[in-house]
Amino acid sequence: MSSARETTSEFSQTEEKKQILLQTQNLSLLAGERELLSNISLTVSTGEIVTVIGPNGAGKTTLLRVLLGLIAPSSGSIFKKPKLRIGYLPQKITVDPILPLSVSRIMRLTGNYSNRQISNALEETGVGSLKNKPVFQLSGGEFQRVMLARALLRSPELLVLDEPVQSVDYMGESELYKLIGNLRKSHGCGVLMVSHDLHVVMASTDRVVCLNQHICCEGQPEDVSRHPEYLRLFGLDTGSALAVYSHHHDHTHHISGTMKEDEQ
Amino acid sequence: MMILDDFFWRAVFAGMGVALVAGPLGCFVVWRRMSYLGDTMAHSALLGVALGFFLEVNLMLGVFVIAVLVAMLLFFFQRQKQLANDAVLGTLSHASLAMGVLLISLMVWVRIDLMGYLFGDILAVSLVDLYWIYGGGFLILLILFRLWRPLLAITFDNDLAQAEGVPVVRVELIFMLLIAAVIALSMKIIGILLVTSLLIIPVSAARRFSRTPEQMALGGALIGMASVGLGLGASLQIDTPSGPSIVIAAVLFFFAANLLPMRKLQ
Repeated sequence: MSSARETTSEFSQTEEKKQILLQTQNLSLLAGERELLSNISLTVSTGEIVTVIGPNGAGKTTLLRVLLGLIAPSSGSIFKKPKLRIGYLPQKITVDPILPLSVSRIMRLTGNYSNRQISNALEETGVGSLKNKPVFQLSGGEFQRVMLARALLRSPELLVLDEPVQSVDYMGESELYKLIGNLRKSHGCGVLMVSHDLHVVMASTDRVVCLNQHICCEGQPEDVSRHPEYLRLFGLDTGSALAVYSHHHDHTHHISGTMKEDEQ
Repeated sequence: MMILDDFFWRAVFAGMGVALVAGPLGCFVVWRRMSYLGDTMAHSALLGVALGFFLEVNLMLGVFVIAVLVAMLLFFFQRQKQLANDAVLGTLSHASLAMGVLLISLMVWVRIDLMGYLFGDILAVSLVDLYWIYGGGFLILLILFRLWRPLLAITFDNDLAQAEGVPVVRVELIFMLLIAAVIALSMKIIGILLVTSLLIIPVSAARRFSRTPEQMALGGALIGMASVGLGLGASLQIDTPSGPSIVIAAVLFFFAANLLPMRKLQ
């Protein structure tokens, strides 16, 4: 966990180069009488990882879909950097075995890329060997890495990831978050991510936005995790996750495993 | 063309033309799990037949117009969330079939062989029908060819395709029109109740041998054409309705394809 913290602080040093990629102001979405999103003001800049967390039904996916322009908001404004290139990873895509699609084929579904570009992108996310495999045979983790590679082909300035570790096994989860962190560094892009699991994601993010129709609280992971709104939202039914999480941030370990004093 | 003076060969050419178009189009029906939707549009065809007789226009045109109307209704019903999709489909499907039968029985001045329209009639294909099938079929394939990539992207994931700039609604609407058109073209030879089988069974049989979407489309077209040949041959020999004969032939191909010892799906 300490390595994740180091990357975070490393990035705050380059903060002056930050450019706003996406910004919303007082974004609201109504479905009939019901308010799905209320008064969302959110900013994502280059090189930062912003994670939206919230319980099921909090409107996380809906928020992403509004930001991507798939649904029109009822009110409020969305600013996007002109010609912003977005790499999008939707929530859990299932590919039926009846559809004979190979990995390299889904890489060029909406764009023309050379074999070499495709190989490079797949190598970068660690799945170069899967290039000719049928998509439906991929495991959850493999599939997400392929989809990340696919997003990279568009040389994105912003990665929008909806539950990227869903259907990824526990060991793969932190690996995938690490990969996302690395891609952010090597491509210098911003990352906007949605998640409902708490402890792992918090360790690998710069800013957390806690969503439950409206933004309950936001800030650095450390601050959000102590925020009463956050505790109220997650405290009761995810006690164990919270325990793991607060454990991480109460102290850090030396490589040997002995405890060292927390810097903060 | 002497050969086209013979009703059997007219039926064969009509069936082959229809199967050729049904292969590529049927792939998307299967991939997008739209077979019940196809069924619903097909069931409305009888209403189209009634309309065609009433207005004294080509029956295929009547069927096409009604199928398009039903498709549009479905399209907009799908956007609401009040009723479950299959309930909407079931309602429309049976309502339009019932209306078709009622209207036809009310039009006492026309004599219609209902069995022929429901299950296909090998004697029914005229030279004009052939022109429609090949002209229309060519147009359908041409449009589908241009639509192939965006449709594939939508089939993979709707949101992703839209986020990457595919005009999802337009592509889906055009696709519905193509299904309506192929239903209209194949109605006479396969029959209203069985039309969608030609969209679904041949491509399902072709799946075993396909590694790309295009191979599956081509394989579906070929298996469909073979089913038409075999089915119509049997229909002529043992005097059975053409539609069911073609369907049974296709089903035989399906089982043969799946019984063949082969490596698992690739």
